[in-house]
Amino acid sequence: MKTSRRDFLKLGLAVSSALVPLPAIAQGAAPRVVVVGGGFAGASCARALHQAEPRIAVTLVEPNATFTACPFSNAVIAGLRELGAQQFTYERVAADGITLVRAAATGVDVAARSVSLADGARLAYDRLVLAPGIDIRWGALAGYDEAAAAQMPHAWRAGEQTLLLRRQLEAMDDGGLVVISAPANPFRCPPGPYERASLIAHYLKTKKPKSKLLVLDAKDAFSKQRLFQAAWAELYPGLLEWVPLSKGGAVTSVDVATRTLVTDFGRHQANVANIIPPQKAGRIADAAGVADRTGWCPIDPVTFESKLQPRIHVIGDAAIAGAMPKSAFAANSQAKTCAAAVATLLTGGTPSTPKLINTCYSLVAPDYGISVAGVYQPSPGGQLADVPGAGGVSPADAPRATRAAEAVLAEAWFRTITAEVFG
Amino acid sequence: MASALINVPPRAKRGEIVEIKTLISHVMETGFRRTQVGAVIPRNIIRRFVCSYNGAEVFSADLHPAISANPFIVFSTIATESGTLAFEWTGDNGFSVKETAAITVE
Repeated sequence: MKTSRRDFLKLGLAVSSALVPLPAIAQGAAPRVVVVGGGFAGASCARALHQAEPRIAVTLVEPNATFTACPFSNAVIAGLRELGAQQFTYERVAADGITLVRAAATGVDVAARSVSLADGARLAYDRLVLAPGIDIRWGALAGYDEAAAAQMPHAWRAGEQTLLLRRQLEAMDDGGLVVISAPANPFRCPPGPYERASLIAHYLKTKKPKSKLLVLDAKDAFSKQRLFQAAWAELYPGLLEWVPLSKGGAVTSVDVATRTLVTDFGRHQANVANIIPPQKAGRIADAAGVADRTGWCPIDPVTFESKLQPRIHVIGDAAIAGAMPKSAFAANSQAKTCAAAVATLLTGGTPSTPKLINTCYSLVAPDYGISVAGVYQPSPGGQLADVPGAGGVSPADAPRATRAAEAVLAEAWFRTITAEVFG
Repeated sequence: MASALINVPPRAKRGEIVEIKTLISHVMETGFRRTQVGAVIPRNIIRRFVCSYNGAEVFSADLHPAISANPFIVFSTIATESGTLAFEWTGDNGFSVKETAAITVE
């Protein structure tokens, strides 16, 4: 089946033009949708819901007044950017007419269709959207608990951890060893560990050139691998070493007291250790009963409704979205699809089969960007699958001018998506 | 570059059970896959792994097409005396890798 670009662009708008009577409105009450989580997925979904059908009462539940974005936070670690450039508030979201509730959601009563908050209050919903992002799976890596993260930061949820890793790098003497541990799939931001390695290598090359960076990986393959490895050979030879699973790279435990990372075949004592640990869906997913044994949330790829609980939708990093990566753009794309589906379901309609997009830029150096794009649709097997022939990665043998242009596009990508979600 | 990694405790007490880890790089091509034009991709697997302790076999394994790439084999033996552990992987297409590791038993 071919979809023209015009049809494709219309998909996200299809619902807003369908001003059919809402069953619930006919009975005198606006349908209520509660969105839990104010990240790229949740904030996008709340706004898209309101845009799709202003008669829906949309409530966004988020404990933090400020959102700190992960994309580009690797540049903060490398001293190329300040954390403030990563931070956004919800003022414009609220100005849309979305009710903001500054609280942590702690539980879901599926039968009563209500969300409970940390202060004991309850919010009733007709449909619930969970966008809780990730939680660290503490203890999954032996020796790595919340106390350990204060010594060996994960920096995988942007904020204080990001600054901690940056301070540790700044405090390290020239000639030190930095070690990054990258987890097995799935995890938030598949190219993230390798962008981080690149930008830390850039920092070391320019500020502490006698130092070394070791990436211990629980995988043999990763996102944009050929592009990263070609760039590393060009920019950071002898400085950055990647050790894959098949060469004994999987970290099996850590010793916080000595800042040591242990693999099946060796021990690496680091001056700065960045542990990117195993992850799972944010904890409200467990409380709502939408996470399966993997720790992530199986969903219907057309509506993003949970396969485990009715009337609860899961979007963003927490969802099992087949071929779609856990990225900010994917979260935003899923949020729009889910919002359209929820609005359609609340009007008694049947959601149309969606197509979703992801684009993702990585910086290998401040003036060296690479990207990947993908298009996805539900497969007959009920998963989101790559649309064959769509998408792709940056060319392998592009000139440096192309890489420099992609670095500029990466910044534009960030400005655009954050303006859409929070601006 | 060695294609095999071995982890043997350098020291052990006599009679202690020691854990030995090995990891070898190998594609472990099953022989059941076909190319895009339908030709069978020939089987290329490690068929046998043997560990000898001062000349006596203490562990061996036959490997089959269902074993995934880069076999990671962990086993244990009893530290009896100081000496050498010898490891050998053999397989299709004349594949043969030998490694040794020393152990001191106190």
